[in-house]
Formats: sequence, structure tokens, C-alpha cells
Amino acid sequence: MSTNPNILSKSKAFYDEFTRKGVEDVITTHYCPGCGHGILHKMIAEAVADLGIQDKTILISPVGCSVFAYYYFDTGNVQVAHGRAPAAATGVKRARPGSIVISYQGDGDLAAIGTAEIVHAANRGESMTVFFVNNAIYGMTGGQMAPTTTIGQKTATTPYGRKAENEGYPIKMSELISTLNAPVFVERVSLADVPNRNKTRNVVKKAIQNQVEGKGFSFVEVLSACPSGLKKTPVETNEWVKSTLHTIFPIGNYRDNTANAQAMFKKDPSSNRDDVLKALNLLDRSTDYKTSVDKTKFTDQNVRLAGFGGQGILSAGSTLSVLAMYEGLETTWIPSYGPEMRGGTSNCHVRVSNKRIGSPLVETPNVLITMNGPSLEKFESIVEKNGIIIVNSSIIDKKVTRKDVKTYYVPLTQISTDMGVPAAQSVAGLAAYLAITKVIPVEKLEYIVHKSLKRKELAEKNIAIIRKVAEYINSL
Amino acid sequence: MQKEFIKGNEAVVKGAILAGCTHYFGYPITPASEIAHAASFYMPLFGGTFIQAESEVSAINMVYGAAGAGVRCMTASSGPGFSLKAEGISYLAGAELPCVIVDVMRAGPGLGNIFPEQGDYNQVVKGAGHGNYKVVVLAPNSAQEMADHGYMAFDIAEKHRIPVMILTDAYIGQMMEPVDFPTEVKKVKRFDWAVYGDKESRQALVTSIVMSAELLEEHNIKLNKKYEKIEKEEVKYEGYKLDDADVVFVAYGVSSRIVMSAVDILRNKNIKAGLLRPITLFPFPKQACIDAASKAKKIIAVELSNGQLADDVRLAINCKKEVQHYGRMGGMTPTVEEIVSLVE
Amino acid sequence: MKQDSSVPRVEIRINECKGCHLCVAACPKKVLTPSGSFNNQGYNYAKYKGEGCIGCGICFYSCPEPGAITVYKKES
Repeated sequence: MSTNPNILSKSKAFYDEFTRKGVEDVITTHYCPGCGHGILHKMIAEAVADLGIQDKTILISPVGCSVFAYYYFDTGNVQVAHGRAPAAATGVKRARPGSIVISYQGDGDLAAIGTAEIVHAANRGESMTVFFVNNAIYGMTGGQMAPTTTIGQKTATTPYGRKAENEGYPIKMSELISTLNAPVFVERVSLADVPNRNKTRNVVKKAIQNQVEGKGFSFVEVLSACPSGLKKTPVETNEWVKSTLHTIFPIGNYRDNTANAQAMFKKDPSSNRDDVLKALNLLDRSTDYKTSVDKTKFTDQNVRLAGFGGQGILSAGSTLSVLAMYEGLETTWIPSYGPEMRGGTSNCHVRVSNKRIGSPLVETPNVLITMNGPSLEKFESIVEKNGIIIVNSSIIDKKVTRKDVKTYYVPLTQISTDMGVPAAQSVAGLAAYLAITKVIPVEKLEYIVHKSLKRKELAEKNIAIIRKVAEYINSL
Repeated sequence: MQKEFIKGNEAVVKGAILAGCTHYFGYPITPASEIAHAASFYMPLFGGTFIQAESEVSAINMVYGAAGAGVRCMTASSGPGFSLKAEGISYLAGAELPCVIVDVMRAGPGLGNIFPEQGDYNQVVKGAGHGNYKVVVLAPNSAQEMADHGYMAFDIAEKHRIPVMILTDAYIGQMMEPVDFPTEVKKVKRFDWAVYGDKESRQALVTSIVMSAELLEEHNIKLNKKYEKIEKEEVKYEGYKLDDADVVFVAYGVSSRIVMSAVDILRNKNIKAGLLRPITLFPFPKQACIDAASKAKKIIAVELSNGQLADDVRLAINCKKEVQHYGRMGGMTPTVEEIVSLVE
Repeated sequence: MKQDSSVPRVEIRINECKGCHLCVAACPKKVLTPSGSFNNQGYNYAKYKGEGCIGCGICFYSCPEPGAITVYKKES
């Protein structure tokens, strides 16, 4: 370990001893003789040390031969699931925007099981540096076909050679990634000979430097030798990389926007109480609402509102609940759900009580507000004996046949359309219900309307409709 | 202080953000999507992060990365999406990373439908992924509890270094109720195991790989001790009219709400019915089951599934008494009358 | 042993060498060679012939092992 520029030795970004590896051998890597991973590790370590970012660096170790990259790099380390390195790296970088995240993957990891993860991390332009080691074979699992295995190449799972008609073609990740808009830097390099190794050193450093400068997603594909997988000597394997892989996977730069890329540094989120409460709209929770209901005398209200989608059924239901809440009552609202939803009706269940509410489902309503014909047909029979049915007589011609309920025919659609807000017809139904039952004074609806409708003019029109409906009921 | 009338699915996000959650990674799926909607709406307003991931698998692995980097983060899904997350949850459990995962159950198997069910019980409570692990499972039954569980889940997760699941159903997620939110925002601690990208945390390693069989067995034993500790410290349940109950219902989530109404009706008919509602499904309230069962003439597990909860009740009481199972499936829910008729 | 710092040289740590001989193939001056002996792991480690190194560092960047090769360039 040396900082002397005249000495090339083990980088200080490596641990002195690889104690995570075990006790027997803490000085060499677990890689086979001649493996490209070790060479690339050295280049990454050198760049991390040269750029002075060792403390800030978090290395993502994948699954594959480089699963144990964390044995070696004296940086923060996260080891992740097969193929998921770009997703986990996204999580790390978004959590620690000031860190330098280096994601390291092999060809099976990145280009097969993790294709979605790498494509989408690249497409989001995650501020990270990805090193992709392409050696055209699965090393760790025992020499099976990789997505980058060449046509005709024999592997443990292509014993007769890879055939395009069965396995498809070697996948070209640098080309694929460079079709996306976001990546700032995409280059394919090789470790197969001296000139290429020299070039790779510079590219490795640049790809990390880009992240230091906040320039976005950098991707380096590294053609590399797996002598064990290829069943050749290290020197022969490098020759094969040059003669075979270099022709299928052309070396070169596929994208370099570093000169134009705008530096972007994300900030940490605010942990200030007021900022967070304001974001959640919880900062000011005072209210000037004055309650009217004597809670001790309140009778449970089990209401069903039903009609067709677009009549404002669901929001009218929740308006009732909000009003009940302001009165300090217990209330639940639930949209129609489950099998009953079929048939084009929109309906909701609202319960209001002075006690804790068990089931939110209104099986036998004491109030049914029907806004169209099918909903009356469907729900007339479930209303409690002596219950109330409000019928929107503007739309429903049919009469209620039951004699054991109180029925009110109110031209809800007509009134709200005449007054310029057809969408308020269900709120009109709600107003009718409150005007009839007086469980909560109908005027109190006006407070909720003002609260929920930001547009003053619209709120005024709604309130006029509520008053008109109340007058109509009182005149009956 | 005015309560807010809010959906369970939105309440859980607000509760989590008040607990200091700053990162949400998710994928849309009905009936959990409002959780992602709420997170995408609120997170940017204070500089938090929302990412719609390319898949459920990616989302849970983003959680793995962010949790490993020491922030409070969460994700949510439903049935089929949760199945996809199972891989990542095993890794989170192995690496002992705290995080919060919400499963808003829909009906299965397969694509099933989007209506409420509780069929993910075994998958979630018994640990969905590979290996010997458990996660803490909270089972809210109201919008208020969705908020409360979102607010407290991270504390449990960090105390034990474990993923915490909030297991709920389409009804509890979709239902709106008044909710009282806390007024304080929790501060997130710094951990000695997390990677922060700084000098102090340079030695930190987040991983679930243990190559030595001896050491991996040790790790498993350590995890199991943790689960035992959790069983001692984190059990939560509610007894509703349970003290003198002859008829003991056991139910959670929306089923427990329906049973509550049934208990009230039965009590009005002078039948001593009561409800034991597990609030934590792991740890399961075993002692409460034993106590309630000791006095009970009848024990009925009511669930929107095929006896998955009933089996845990039987295990809890060591099969000393008969446990009747009553379940609806496929998106069907029992009526209150249906439950009442089980006793009359 | 005191080394003359004005003369470039390469040092190979025998027990860190895995005998891949990529350094041997890469060395422009052909001053690295298989030793013909085996280290404690059983690899035919590479050795420096003892003279002729120009301190170019090519072997260092050809070697997959972090610490097997140290190159001492000419003191500037």
C-alpha cells in the first residue's frame, strides 16, 4: 500500500487483508487465475483512491462470481439479490444522494435475470456508475450459457453450441442502453490486451468521475476473460476475447454527453416538523365548526346512496361522513365493492353512529337514496322496515312498491340542472335526506360545501341547490 | 383538533411519513394503488422520494438498498404483486433490514379479482420467501389503525432489525373514516450497520450471504432468538366484550369489523359473545387465545380465507378445543346476520 | 536489502501470484517469466528476471490480483 506516485501497488481502496473472505487466505482474491474481475477491481479501486472518494463510495455486489466484491473494497458495501443491483443501487443513491454508488454486475446478472432493472435504472438516469462484466459465460454456477454467449459457443447448457433458433443471439447491452435518452455515458471496453487495458483504466475513471460531478448514469461494459468457463489458459482466453467477442461486441463509445450534461445533485428531504406537517396538510387542524347534534340522542344512520357513475354518488356519500365527523360522530364510508358492483351501478355505504362502528357495510339501510332506476330496483327490498327511500323523480318513473317504508319523490336532477350544476344531484339527494330526517341540520352541509369546494362560485351554486331542495322538502 | 376523513390506504402513508419515512418505492396494483398515489403526492412536497418502479421485484429491491442506507422506507402491494416481492423480503430478513411493506389483500389465487379477501395470510405471516425467517405482521382494521400502524411500524422494524408487514384488505384500504394524526414527526436514528457513504460507515456491510454453513446456522439461530424476543415483546390484540365470553370469535381486518357488529347483536340477545382480534399476526396472540379458549364453549375463526387463521388459533391452543372455521372467499364477505346465525 | 531507487524494478509476491502469466505475456521487455516453481497454493508463480524492467506498469494492470505485483518506477 503506497501513496508514492513512483510505486504501483495494491490500492488503498482495497482492504489490507481480506478478512471477510475467511481465515485461510486473506491476501488473494477468490477469483480463478487470469480472471478479468480482478483486473477491473484494481482499476475501480485505483479510480476511487485517485478521486478521493473512498469514504463516500458504496459498492453494490451482485450475484455471480463478483458476489464477493465486498471482500476487497474498503468502502461501504451492499450485497444484493441476483439481477437486482441497479434497483438496490437506486435505493441506496436515492437514500444517500451524496454518496458515490458503484454497481457491479456480470452478464447473467445484468443482461438476463436483471434486464428490467438495468434498463429502467438507465432510463431514469440514476446518478450511478455501472460496471458490466461481459465474459460470455456463467462462471459461478458452472459455465452455463450467458445472454452474451456467442453463436456456436459450447457451454454447460449449450453442449452442442448456442443456436440462434433455440437461444437467440448474444445480447448487446451497450447498444441497447444507448437507445435510451437518459444515460450520459455508455462505453464498451476490453481487458484482453495492453492497449485495451490502458483505455479501460481511463474509461473506468471517467465513468466514476461523471458521478462525482453529478452528471447522471454512466455504463461501462467490460469484455473480460473467464478462463475457467472457456476451458482455456488465461492467455488463450484473452486471444479468444479479442478474436471472437471483439467482433460481436464492438469496442467503443456509444454515448458521451458528459460535456453537455447538467450537474444535478439531489438534496436530502426535510425532517423539519412544520415542513412535513405542511406537506401532509396537517399543520393547521383547528376548526370553527360549531356542532349542533346532541350525540347522546343520536340514532344510528345506515345509508346507501346508489345511482350510476357520474352522478357524484361517492362524493355525496363522503360529504355526509365528513359532516358527521365535524359533529363528532363516528362514521364510515365505503364504495360499493365486490360482486355487487357489477351491473353499472355506483353506490356507497355510509354509517353514522354515536358509538364505535363495527361493520362498515350497510346491509339493511334505514335510508336509501336512489338516483336512477336500476338502483331503486336493486336496493328497494333491502331497506329496513319503516326506513326511508328517496327517489330521484327526475329520472325514475317507477314507484316504490313497498308499503312499510316512507318514500319521498324529489326531482333531484331537475333541481340541480336548473340551477346550473348537474353534478350536484347526489348532494341534492343528501340535502333531501337531512331535510327529511333532521339528524343533522341541513344548513350544516353548507359549511362542508364551502370547505370542500375551492371555487367560491361553484360552492355558492351548490349551496343554493341545497337550500332549494330543503324548501322543496319542507313544502311537501 | 379536527380529524381528517381519509381512506385507509392514504392514512397509512401519512402515518409513515409522520414516522420519518422519506422514501417510497412501489408498483401500481388494485386495491393498493392509493398508497402509491398518496406517496407520489406527499413525498415531493418535503423533498422525499417516490419512485414508481418497473416491477414489484425492483420496488422491493429499492427498499433493500434504501433501508440498507439507513432511511425509513416503504412499499405496498397486493396479492400477485406481493408474491413477486417475496424474493426481496427474504433478503431483507436475511440482511436484517428494517422497512415497512403493506399488503392490501385481494382475492386469489392467480389473478383472482380485486375484491377483498384474506387469503395471503399464510404467505405473509409465515414468510413468503425462501429460508427460515419471519416478519412482524400488523393487522389494522380501521383507517385510524392504518395511520397508527404506519406511524409505529418503523419503530418495531428498527428495534428488532426486521421488515414489518402491514397486512390489510381491500375494504380496510378503500374505506374512509375519521383519523386523528399525530402532531410530531419522528426523528430517524443513525445505525451502526447501515451504509451512509461516509467515513464512519465505511466498514458497514449489508448482505444476506453467509458462505460458511456453521456461520449461517449461527445466523439462523440468532434470527430465531430475535423472533422469540419479538413473541415476548410485540404481541398486540384487542378483546371486544371478551372477558366473560362463552362464544369467542377470532378475526382480524375487515372480518373483525363484521364480527364486532355480530357480537353486539348477540349480546342484545343475551348470548355472551366476544371477539379476540389479533393486531399482530406474527407474533400471534397465543396466550390471549389460550385464556379466551379456557372459558369458551365455542370458538369460531372468521376469515376471508380457507382456514389459514383458524389453523393458527388451533396451534395457539394446542388443539385443546375445537376451533370452528367460518370463511368466505373470492371477494365474498359474510353478512353480520350470517355470523350471528353461526351461534343461534 | 536496500534497493537502488534510481533503477525501476518489479516485485512479485510469490504467494499472491496465481500463475496466470498474463504479466508474462504483457511485459514489453520480456523480463517476467514463469518461475517453474510452485508457491504454497500450488501455482507456478511468475518471477522477475532481475534486470531490464523499465517501470512501465503494464504488468501491474495485467495482473488480476490486488497485491501480487508491485512496480517501482524510476524515482523522479
